[in-house]
Amino acid sequence: MDLYEHQARQLFADHGIAVPEAEVVDHPSAVHAAAERLGGRVVVKAQVKVGGRGKAGGVKMAADPAAAVVVARGILGADIKGHTVRSVMLAQPVDIQDEFYVSYVLDRAAGTFLAIASAEGGMDIEEVAATRPEAVARIPVDPAEGVTAATAARIAEAASLPAETAPVLQALWRVLTQEDALLVEVNPLVRTADGRILALDGKVTLDDNAAFRQPRRGSDSADPHGDPLEAAAAAKGLNYVRLDGEVGIIGNGAGLVMSTLDVVAGCGARPANFLDIGGGASARVMADGLTVILSDPSVKSVFVNVFGGITACDAVADGIVQALDSVHLTRPLVVRLDGNSAARGRAILDERAHPMVQQVTTMDGAAGRAAQLALGGH
Amino acid sequence: MAIFLSKESKVLVQGMTGAEGMKHTRRMLAAGTQIVGGVNPRKAGHTVDLDDRTVPVFGSVQDGMDATGADVTVVFVPPPFARAAVVEAADAGIGLAVVITEGIPVHDAVAFHAHARARGTRILGPNCPGVISPGQSNAGIIPADIATKPGRIGLVSKSGTLTYQLMHELRETGFSTAVGIGGDPVIGTTHIDCLTAFENDPDTELIVLIGEIGGDAEERAAAHIAQHITKPVVGYIAGFTAPEGKTMGHAGAIVSGSSGTAEAKKKALEAAGVAVGATPTETARLAENRLRG
Repeated sequence: MDLYEHQARQLFADHGIAVPEAEVVDHPSAVHAAAERLGGRVVVKAQVKVGGRGKAGGVKMAADPAAAVVVARGILGADIKGHTVRSVMLAQPVDIQDEFYVSYVLDRAAGTFLAIASAEGGMDIEEVAATRPEAVARIPVDPAEGVTAATAARIAEAASLPAETAPVLQALWRVLTQEDALLVEVNPLVRTADGRILALDGKVTLDDNAAFRQPRRGSDSADPHGDPLEAAAAAKGLNYVRLDGEVGIIGNGAGLVMSTLDVVAGCGARPANFLDIGGGASARVMADGLTVILSDPSVKSVFVNVFGGITACDAVADGIVQALDSVHLTRPLVVRLDGNSAARGRAILDERAHPMVQQVTTMDGAAGRAAQLALGGH
Repeated sequence: MAIFLSKESKVLVQGMTGAEGMKHTRRMLAAGTQIVGGVNPRKAGHTVDLDDRTVPVFGSVQDGMDATGADVTVVFVPPPFARAAVVEAADAGIGLAVVITEGIPVHDAVAFHAHARARGTRILGPNCPGVISPGQSNAGIIPADIATKPGRIGLVSKSGTLTYQLMHELRETGFSTAVGIGGDPVIGTTHIDCLTAFENDPDTELIVLIGEIGGDAEERAAAHIAQHITKPVVGYIAGFTAPEGKTMGHAGAIVSGSSGTAEAKKKALEAAGVAVGATPTETARLAENRLRG
């Protein structure tokens, strides 16, 4: 789960990293008072989970509270690279002397976390890394040892950062490990004219697998600003991602579902969603999945693609038949069952003989049929 | 021969006495796996009756290895306790730990991988379906009845259900070994490890490599194939239609930028001489055609 800047800022502060004074507001009416509390002159920053928001007009300076209201009005509700801005952070401006880049990121190939640091922060670090790799230090961190004072000093030295950044590097490692994060990034980390080291902007990605031991995250980790169908699916415990096509997809196993999307796309139609029902294709899960998919008005047909490995296809077929009792099937359903107990599963669906349900025994054939139905064929 | 797992392998099951552990231990026994014991410190000295077999329960992996000569462990222990279970297995010096558990925090996986690497234990997974050498042994949750015939294809895949789909498509041709390496961001055994093992396995004539979006494991595998693999490789990549930055179920399958896209992976594999199928079915046909020469 990616955090908003203001959430990352709070985690940094919790672990002893200095950050500028700031407040988050989600309505222009709250801006004037917040700006006054912060001293009048503020930076207004769009809270969106996407990079490059400064260039897209999502970060602006305001000289006084009245100007902050005008600026915030322009940013709130605006679209930044496809993300609607629902809140802005007002922050005290800082007199910047130097800008640095520091992060801990997972090196998947090595199976460890890497410290990445550069004395050239504030700009696109990927571009710096590509054009002048020597300006970016990459140091693997031993997971058993962590970032000790000596390690932090070594990272700072390798990146030509001032020695006083070392405590920040240690604190940032605590954010990574104690919060179970997969990525913590501060860009820029700045030295102010009066010699303070401040985290001006940050990105944090938390590991959803660790939610069981991170009670502070709370139970409501679902993003209230996300897609309503995705929110409805998440509330039912479904692994659903909305896309913008016309063929609804239900399958078992993330790899097979991704493959199903591709095969449908290869047939000339566009998948409307990703929905992985995993091993437990119960009637309840099937009914919930169909309900969510059919609430998407752009869906013209639905393709259920199940390979019975551990899951038995007769149980899946039972689930579909029971779901048909509770869900009004307004668009055609193409079902492909193969693998464990496929013959029994197909017989169950044949017996039900629902006029909107068709069976095709191969994945490629069924995808073609679902695509054809969605594109207006018969 | 086969890779990682043969009929000689003696297999312990950590978490055998839980519901999932019991179910899959039964299935492994039915597939011919030499299950030599379960591990549960609270049930040490007990036995568990599974169909017509009686399996002893040991208090630790070390006790199980001392008593039986076990060289493989399959881990079904729930996420909060999985790290300790894998560390214990590595400390006991087991050769292969197959970690089935889904949902292990990445920091725990990073920690137990570093620990196991230092002790020479191979980890498969986590969040993987395991490894099967048809007709010999099955360590994990791959349904053995999909493809019961030993054969000349070696298969390596991140995805469980795509492994099953390809095994089903190629069941008449048969497999030396099929390995599900798991889709988590940090895994112990990689595509490259499996490619190397299949290259050295006299029973394997052709390798099927299944990948998906996220990370650069397939690109690395492609570079390795170009340099070191002489056997024919057929590939399949899932995730061409996945939008940038959206998580599709597997923690590792996140596309960020150009590297890691399905298109980039396909191109890298094709540049290394790998025939890449557009669908799982087409991939299976490519493999059969290559084997027929």
